[in-house]
Order: sequence, then C-alpha cells, then structure tokens
Amino acid sequence: MTTGHVMLIEDEPNITEALRFILGRDGWQVTAHADGATAVAAILAGRPDVVVLDLMLPGASGLDVLAALRARPETVDLPVMMLTAKGQGRDREAAERAGVTSFMTKPFSNTEITARLRAMVQA
Amino acid sequence: MKLLLGTRLRERRLALGRKQGEVAAAAGISAAYLNLIEFNRRAVAGDVLGRLGDVLGFAADDLAATDGGLADELRQAAASVGADAGQVQEFVARFPAWADVLVAQAQRAAGLERAVAALNDRISHDPHLSATLHDMLSAATAVRATAGILAETADIDAPTRSRFHQTLAAESERLAGGAQALVAYLDGAQQEGPVTAMTPQDEVAAWLAARDWHLAEAEDGDIDTAGIAALASAAARDLAQAFAQAAVRDAASMPLAAIQQALQSHGPDPVRLAREFGVDVIAACRRLAGLPDVQVGLVMCDGAGAMTFRRPVPGFALPRAGAGCSLWPLYTALGRPMQAVEAIAEGATQPAPRFLLRAFCQVHLPQGFGVPERREAAMLILPAPSGPPAQMVVGPTCRICPVSGCSLRREPSTLTGRIGD
Repeated sequence: MTTGHVMLIEDEPNITEALRFILGRDGWQVTAHADGATAVAAILAGRPDVVVLDLMLPGASGLDVLAALRARPETVDLPVMMLTAKGQGRDREAAERAGVTSFMTKPFSNTEITARLRAMVQA
Repeated sequence: MKLLLGTRLRERRLALGRKQGEVAAAAGISAAYLNLIEFNRRAVAGDVLGRLGDVLGFAADDLAATDGGLADELRQAAASVGADAGQVQEFVARFPAWADVLVAQAQRAAGLERAVAALNDRISHDPHLSATLHDMLSAATAVRATAGILAETADIDAPTRSRFHQTLAAESERLAGGAQALVAYLDGAQQEGPVTAMTPQDEVAAWLAARDWHLAEAEDGDIDTAGIAALASAAARDLAQAFAQAAVRDAASMPLAAIQQALQSHGPDPVRLAREFGVDVIAACRRLAGLPDVQVGLVMCDGAGAMTFRRPVPGFALPRAGAGCSLWPLYTALGRPMQAVEAIAEGATQPAPRFLLRAFCQVHLPQGFGVPERREAAMLILPAPSGPPAQMVVGPTCRICPVSGCSLRREPSTLTGRIGD
C-alpha cells in the first residue's frame, strides 16, 4: 500500500535519485520531472498527492511554478514542499507569499523529509 | 553672506588687537553699526566693506570669497547623522581647520559604510559566489542523502549500492572542486586589495580631479593606462577606460586649438560648438568640462536621473550620492530631449554665488525602432554673466537644502525639518 503519489520537480539527477529511493522506501509512488517550464503541465498530467519543488530550476523558477499552480482551481490546494539550497529569509518569505505548504532547505535530513511529507498529506 | 562676513571681520579685528570704536571711526561708520555687522545682524557690502577692508588690511573679495564648499560638506556630514547643522557657516569661519577635520572624518565614515555595504552586497549578490555556493550545497545535499541511504538501509541490493557509491564519489569530487574554486575566488578578491571605501564613480572622479579634470594625453590620442590600472576596483577601471576613450574621441573631433578658438567666438555654448564640430551636444559639454585650465562644472545623468558623472566647481554643491535638486535644468532637459535648457541660478546657502546652468538631453537609438531609447543628459555649471538676476534658488539636494516653500521638495530638510510650507 502506497503512502501516496509524490512528484519531484528537481534538476539535480543525484538528488532526484536519492529522493526517489528514500521516498520509495517510505512507501511513496515517486515520479520526477526536471524542467521548470513544463513542470505545471507534468503536475496536471500526473495528478500527484504532493509535490516536492526545487526553487532554482531551468526554464522557470520554483516560485513561478508555485504561482501557476495556485492560480489554477485544480491545484490551488495541492500540498507543495519547496526544497532549496537557498535558505535565506527572503526566499522563505517569497515562497510563503506564493502559497507554499512547507519549506525545507538543502541539505535535508532523510527522516525529516519523509516525516514532513507524510504530515502534509495527512493534514 | 552676512554671517560669514561679520564673524570674519570680528576675528580679523581682534587678531589685530584693535578696538571696535577705533575701527568704526576709521571706516566712517558708528561703533554700534560695526557691532551689529560683527554679530551678523546687519549685512555689509560695497563701500562700507571696502573701507573696512582698507582699515583692517584685507581685500574685500577675500572676505567675500566662498569657503570652497566646506560649509556644504559639513551640512552633509550633519545630515548623515541627523544632527542640527545650525551655525555651520560661523563654525567654518572661526574654526576652518576643525571643519576640515570633521568633514574628513565624516567622509571616512561614509566610505567605511559603503565598504561594509559593498562587502554585504558581494556576499548577497555576487553571481559567481552565489552560483558556487549553490552548487556546493547541491553536492552536499546529494552526498548527505546518499550517505544516509547507505547507512540506514541494510538490505540494499548490490547494483543500487554500487550506484550510490559512485554518486558519493562523484558528488564528493564536485564538492571538493567547489570548495577549491571558492577559496581561489576569495583569495583573488583579497588580492585585488582592500574593499574600496569609494564608489567606482568616486574613484574615477578622484582620478580625474588629480589630473585637474584634463586628460592631456587624450589630445595625442593616448590613454593613461597606468593611471587607470592603478584604480582600486574593476568597475572604476572600466568606467575610467570608457571615459578616457570618449576623451580621445572628443579631442580628435574637437582639437584643442580649434575648440579654444571656437570658445572665443561662441562662448561656452555647447549647442553652437556641437554644430561647428559636427558632434553631439553631450560630447561638446564633456569636452568643455575637460579642457585645461577651466573652471567648468559638469553633471551628467541617465534616463532614470541617476548621476553618472560629477565635476564640481567651488560654490555649487553636488550631492555625493542620490539625486540632485529637482530645479536643476538637468532634469528639465531630461524631460525635453534635444532642447537647450538654461537658467541663471543662485545657491541656496550663504554666500550665494550665481551660476549659469546649461543643460541638454540627447536621445540615443542604438538599435533603431522596437527597442528602448537611451537618454543621456548633461548640465554645464558656468559662471553667471553679470547683470541678469537669478531665476531660481537651487540647492545641492533636498536633505540639506534650507529653501522653504519649495514645491519640488521630496524629503524634509534637516536644516528646517519641513517638507514644505
């Protein structure tokens, strides 16, 4: 029984692979997408339960993707975790203003990210 | 002028050990009147000033001379810490050396503040530093997550374990490379010398001021490469290089002997000079302000009104940072491109020398239609002709301008505390 469907929007292949393993081990069905410009379309097509979204992406930033998701009725409430190497206060504030559900900085703890994602889909 | 003059007269008389009544009698005025003058309660000029000069042994012009902008510098120093700048002219007149010290300290403090801001900016916005740190954090993330997997997962299959080992090796190498690149970058930054206490524009201005604002080698088509290379920051070197190249072009299109002769014919009229030499008006302004042995001020700004060049002249204060006075014809010209705008202006502080301000805005269309135009405005600061009265009273910038009731004021003056009447 899966925990749910998580879609990773992340352009670093080794981080994607590690997350795919960590979340798969935790019972998640994991799909991944590496491009910001086509991320919204991928999310709409994949209909995940939760999204892990990198802030700095090729094509469009994570903030742009998040804003586009929040502008659509079908994804306005979709749980989104912003995962980024930029942990500065202003990035967190920008993400919160754009409607992020959770914010986590890199490098992350494997146990913390799984616990946080579980909490997001159970909330 | 009365504060400065009265105080100076009193200082001079006391220095000579002469009594007020005696000096007054010799100058043909009453002691009571001289007393009022010395305590700055009566203005003094003309014959009376001349006679007092004869009695006290000085030339009236010496006393009436400006303080070279020292009072304005002090006002800026006071404004920077929100202090009351009252009686600044009296202070300058009585304690010029201490005024110099105060101004130097204020400028040093401002320079250090800029250095701190530059360091902060370097860390926050340096694209190379930001990219390197981001790359290192990404590598560290992959290492930490992968190492965690290997440590936490006992039953991981051999091919997956091997792949994660390879990831660890690759990301560790990337992390080490990023760290080396970061150290090399920071070492390189340190080798550039201490963080400059000046903005790049300040550096270029200091370089030009040391050359008395005239690049003599440009007359022969040369550039002071050694002087430019000695500037502290790369940005200043780039700005100076661009300015020197423009000076070479200006000197070639407006040869020294020819422009000096044209000046005799036309006076300092950049529009007529531009027409005679077939150059744009901005170039003519720049050439005028860069001629040897001239006292011509020049302010240039871009389309946003940001000052890109400042050559000051004594008595006409220019702000070190931020925008100037909205009354300056420079800004009027910016809104009326390709029109000559001029005004006779009087300084807002006492003594109040008069200047002829001539401004022009050039529109550049480097890529033709469909792309934004680039505006560039210049204002020459010239001695005013005798006769016509000043059309306006202008200040250096609102924060230290004492003019009350100015409808263009954008922030309260630290001198009056009011934004308008």
